[in-house]
Amino acid sequence: MNMEVRNAQRPASQLDLSNGIPCTAQEPLLQIHDLRIEFRGKDETVVAVPGLSLDVMRGESYGLVGESGCGKSTTAMAILGYLGRTGAVTNGSIRFDGEELVGASPRQLRKVRGRRIAMVYQDPMSALNPVRTIGAQLAEVPRIHLGTGRAQALEMARAMLRDVRLPDAGDMLKRYPHQLSGGQQQRVVIAMALLARPSLLLLDEPTTGLDVTVEAAVLDLIAELRHRYQTSLLFISHNLGLIAESCDRLGIMYSGELVEEGATGEIFRRPRHPYTQGLIACIPDVDSDKHSRSLAAIPGHIPLPQERPQGCLFGPRCDGFVAGSCDRVDLKPDEVEPGHQVKCARWRDFSRREEAAVVVPDGDRDAGDAICLTNVTKLYGTSRGRSLKANEAVTFSVKEAEIVALVGESGCGKSTLARIVTGLDQATSGQIRLADRNIAELQARARPKKLLQSVQMIFQNPDSTLNPSHSAAFSIRRSLIKFGIRKGKAAVDRRVRELLEMVRLNPDLAERKPEQLSGGQKQRIAIARAFAADPSLIVADEPVSALDVSVQAAVVTLLLDIQRANKTTMLFISHDLALVRHVADKVVVMYLGKVMEQGTVAEIFGGAAHPYTQALLSSIRSTDPDRSKAAHIQLRGEMPSPVDVPRGCRFATRCHRKLGICEQEAPPLRRLSSSHEILCHIDPTAGQTVSDGATRSADITREPAND
Amino acid sequence: MALEGTAPLMNVAKRPARAKWRRIFRSKTALVGLFLVSFWVVLAVLAPILPLQSPTKPDVMAMANPFPSAAHWLGVDILGRDILARLIFGARTVLLVAPLSVAVAMTVGISMGMVAGYYGGQVDAVISRFSDIILAFPVLVLYVVLIANIGPSVINIVIATTIASAPGIGRITRGLVLGLKQQEYVAAARLRAESTLYIMLVELLPNCRGMLIVDGCLRIGYTIITIGILGFLGLGLPPPNPDWGGMVKESTTVLNVWPFMSVEPSIAIVSLVLGFNLLADGLREAWKP
Amino acid sequence: MTRFLCKRLIMMMVTMLCASFLVFAVCEFSPGSVARKSLGPFATQQQVDLLSKKLRATDPLPVRYSRWLGVLLGLIPDPLQAPDSGLNFNDPRGAQYFGNFGYSTLNKLPVNDVIWNRLKNTAVLAGLAFALIVPLSIIFGILSGLKEGGALDRFLSVICITFTSIPEFASGVFLVTLFVILWPLLPGTSQLDPGSGWSIPSQLVLPVAVLVIYDFGYVARMIRVSMIGVMERPFIRTAVLKGMNTRQVIFGHALRNAMIAPFTVLLLQINFLVSGVVVTELVFAYPGFGRLLLDASLFGDIATLEAATLVTVAIAVTTQLVGDLGYMLLDPRIRVK
Repeated sequence: MNMEVRNAQRPASQLDLSNGIPCTAQEPLLQIHDLRIEFRGKDETVVAVPGLSLDVMRGESYGLVGESGCGKSTTAMAILGYLGRTGAVTNGSIRFDGEELVGASPRQLRKVRGRRIAMVYQDPMSALNPVRTIGAQLAEVPRIHLGTGRAQALEMARAMLRDVRLPDAGDMLKRYPHQLSGGQQQRVVIAMALLARPSLLLLDEPTTGLDVTVEAAVLDLIAELRHRYQTSLLFISHNLGLIAESCDRLGIMYSGELVEEGATGEIFRRPRHPYTQGLIACIPDVDSDKHSRSLAAIPGHIPLPQERPQGCLFGPRCDGFVAGSCDRVDLKPDEVEPGHQVKCARWRDFSRREEAAVVVPDGDRDAGDAICLTNVTKLYGTSRGRSLKANEAVTFSVKEAEIVALVGESGCGKSTLARIVTGLDQATSGQIRLADRNIAELQARARPKKLLQSVQMIFQNPDSTLNPSHSAAFSIRRSLIKFGIRKGKAAVDRRVRELLEMVRLNPDLAERKPEQLSGGQKQRIAIARAFAADPSLIVADEPVSALDVSVQAAVVTLLLDIQRANKTTMLFISHDLALVRHVADKVVVMYLGKVMEQGTVAEIFGGAAHPYTQALLSSIRSTDPDRSKAAHIQLRGEMPSPVDVPRGCRFATRCHRKLGICEQEAPPLRRLSSSHEILCHIDPTAGQTVSDGATRSADITREPAND
Repeated sequence: MALEGTAPLMNVAKRPARAKWRRIFRSKTALVGLFLVSFWVVLAVLAPILPLQSPTKPDVMAMANPFPSAAHWLGVDILGRDILARLIFGARTVLLVAPLSVAVAMTVGISMGMVAGYYGGQVDAVISRFSDIILAFPVLVLYVVLIANIGPSVINIVIATTIASAPGIGRITRGLVLGLKQQEYVAAARLRAESTLYIMLVELLPNCRGMLIVDGCLRIGYTIITIGILGFLGLGLPPPNPDWGGMVKESTTVLNVWPFMSVEPSIAIVSLVLGFNLLADGLREAWKP
Repeated sequence: MTRFLCKRLIMMMVTMLCASFLVFAVCEFSPGSVARKSLGPFATQQQVDLLSKKLRATDPLPVRYSRWLGVLLGLIPDPLQAPDSGLNFNDPRGAQYFGNFGYSTLNKLPVNDVIWNRLKNTAVLAGLAFALIVPLSIIFGILSGLKEGGALDRFLSVICITFTSIPEFASGVFLVTLFVILWPLLPGTSQLDPGSGWSIPSQLVLPVAVLVIYDFGYVARMIRVSMIGVMERPFIRTAVLKGMNTRQVIFGHALRNAMIAPFTVLLLQINFLVSGVVVTELVFAYPGFGRLLLDASLFGDIATLEAATLVTVAIAVTTQLVGDLGYMLLDPRIRVK
């Protein structure tokens, strides 16, 4: 615990890995040359990776970036010789520390796996055996590889758990994975990987699925341990922002190929490949909002392995495509300068892409309230008379045609609130006023049709938003018929086509089954379905969080366009603060069921006053390597259970600016401007840290308490 | 911005929805199963027009030497009746009663499971407790007690099968519905004012289809065995209906002299049950997500 | 934990009560009366009516059910055993004691003198079969689940599916034809009679084989499916990429997870074996519990039928409880706090 806090206060330069010069000589530890990986199915052979070459130097942190399906995880699995029964390396070589791993015997591979190359996985919960204790699973590593006895192996495991900062390491050894939080589980997986002191660590999306504040802590831990154990990293991620701070060099992968490779700073400052440029451009940045910059989306989608084009694989999605030069079969990587390679025939012709100038004009500030929530509380009864507080006294309002973003980590109650507003759930108490009616306790089936029609929802998961048994347009059509938007088959069909065109989908996709559509396409259908009812309010629950970044940008831009055109009010729920800045007019920050801070986008992102908002903002990873790096505020511990809400301020258990009073008394609501409110004992305007003006010097501690 | 999907999109697009059924033909086990089942179905359907001897009239002449001969391909039973004809006419009964019983049991069970899974709470508790009580009854006891007391007839076998199988089917359906009702498309349906019945039948049921068809196939096989057992216990359909289990039963007394009389109907049952089991297995393989 | 156990025990009682009432209710539909069956077809209607009255079979269903329950719990003496009933039913244990299942009209003996011996015989048969089914199905299931779709899997799967498709009476016919008639190695009947010239163990071989053949394939298929699911789980990948060999992965990580789901299925086989043996017992003339149940239900001997049903249901609910407890032991995620 202490270490964690100290780490946050360490000089930034020590953590700054992206611009630093790699600490060792340029000696390759891992050399992948011309690697070809194929998967043999019943009907066809899929080439997942056609020809990949890359080197990871000793002591280096190499980032492999690409969108889903580009072959980055497959490459990691190939390094460890684990491609399943259908997969095989059919060409090329993987040399690790001078030893060839392609075609290595099982015995040889076992000596490498876990001993010299270890791996950290995407989903720590499923990577751990649910029926065995943490201790047993950790102790296995030294027992297999170092021949250590049981007691000594457990002792090593305990020491390693302390190194990954798990509290109470001895007790932790006896626990089962499900008794740990996601962040703790990932620390256990990291500990497991490092136990045999491997020289290369493969990190496969190690923080995807973790909350932002936990993600920041895990990344800092990896950075620190990497230096302590002198381990090289192969860091695989779809998230450029994450990679920017953690890696010395980057390789950008597209459809199984490396399209660009170079030092991290160089790639971000002067990206040469149009795909890299597109990837950077489509990432929302905390420094700009929808009024200053629109997200540039990359059109189209990644080709399936079976339909890779000839020559440049990015060709079909590139505006700079020139027949004759881009579709040449013998396209080779070109050196921009030493250490920076790009596989593009025309990189000299491209400068950094101009950002699209279309930005969203400021909205009407004088509009009336479209929906107004007052003291909305939701309790779920659990056994033995205790209740789970999903929402407590949530109060905020949304103006007409405004977008209000609800942000917070998982478990903060934002999705429950969305379900209450739409009528999928009902509030325990409080008021939600919509069109002069209190809808807080009205479930969907109790709502009149007119009301149902006026509030529609866009859901999170593209794979479950459409019924796999029906055609893509089925639910749009039902919506039009049920609400009587159009009468008669011809009119309904015409409207379906219009709606599909509105979400920029080919109307011919209407009769496809959802399994034949990509995630982005399914989410567009979901948007079309929500707008089919002509609603006045749309609740969008993480509508793009499951999509690839390039697709995400396109869908967000589309959603904003339609919202503006229809003057729809929108409640936008997200955990991605950078995205929120690009979408919202107003932001409501929630923690453990309660609103901690709310204000306009400018107020929140320009001068967040609540310690929790500050912590959230500081955990955003920037893609701009020149942006000054403030040390991350690391939150201690885990979010408390919503059944046992701490008395006093509910954030006090994790707050880095906690006062003595915070654990005793509920904080007051402070109004900082007509639109900006916080729920905190610390008064940001007073320039002091005492609540209610009553100075209790004994209670004031600026340093975080070391518990 | 260009419209998505204008470019030739994924080769999956070529796959029509019926491919799901066509995938069965790639599985060898499913093909063998399909062959066995259709073999009996065809024979049963064609039984009246096939040049068969009477399944009920004894051939007194053949009783002296009941072994298979040119006149009686599979021989005659202890009463001198042609075994081949009895097997084929017996298939008619079995192939009518077993699928019928399972269909009724599935209807009842699916309704129970749907309601329990979708509504949850008290409704679920009542239905689940009731199912637990039935399931605590060992299945065969249930059949024996029921049939011995209400008497053997097609309707009673259907009733017994329904009582014995519906709780199990309900439990499977309930499990599926519990997962499916959390899906976002169900929430979307609620938000467009669809009725509960519509949601159950149109949004949920089609997505349970695969599992339930596989389960139904297995249950048909199992019901055939049960009908055979009932026949063997003397609780089968009353004569003159040729009943496979009854045929085995009648000839066990002469097993050490004329074993073929028992072996032949036994093989018939095994082949038909095997057919349904292989078909179920093949379907499961083919439809695996 | 105590709370959980208490709740489950109450549930078990309720289940048994409901089950016993159901048996009474079902017997209401019985076409021929018990008295008629006892006296045979040549008795006059008058005699039948008189016996019915003596047996108090003419009372309404709730009356008879509560009387049966009262006798069972030892609250009231069995009225049929009263000397003035004219039935000459005589239980050496007395007319009123806890666990009095009444008098069997079929066997003309107290039910308690009949069922326990039969249950013991069946327990021997079922126990032997179960002792073979468990290891066989685990070995078959694990081996075929290891590599789904591999040659070994396909081979073992075909064996399992084929075996489960053979009803007990059919495999009885096949095995007797092979090993008794064509190649006389074993006895065709197993009356557990030491004087028959065959040793008791040799009499048990075929009945046990019949049960195992029909049942183990089904369990093996369940274990196979579970094993396939486990082998696809990411923690198996973690174990492999730790550098463990196949044996270590299977015994260290796969096996316990793979046994969680089929554990209850395995225990359910005990229920099947206790009552499902009826066919096997009939084929081999084995003096077991299943035949008692069958005869009692055919005859309408409600006292024996109730006792037998209650015993099977008791076994069923107990195995359910044991299954749930074992489930918790195997899977720490569902342990009650």
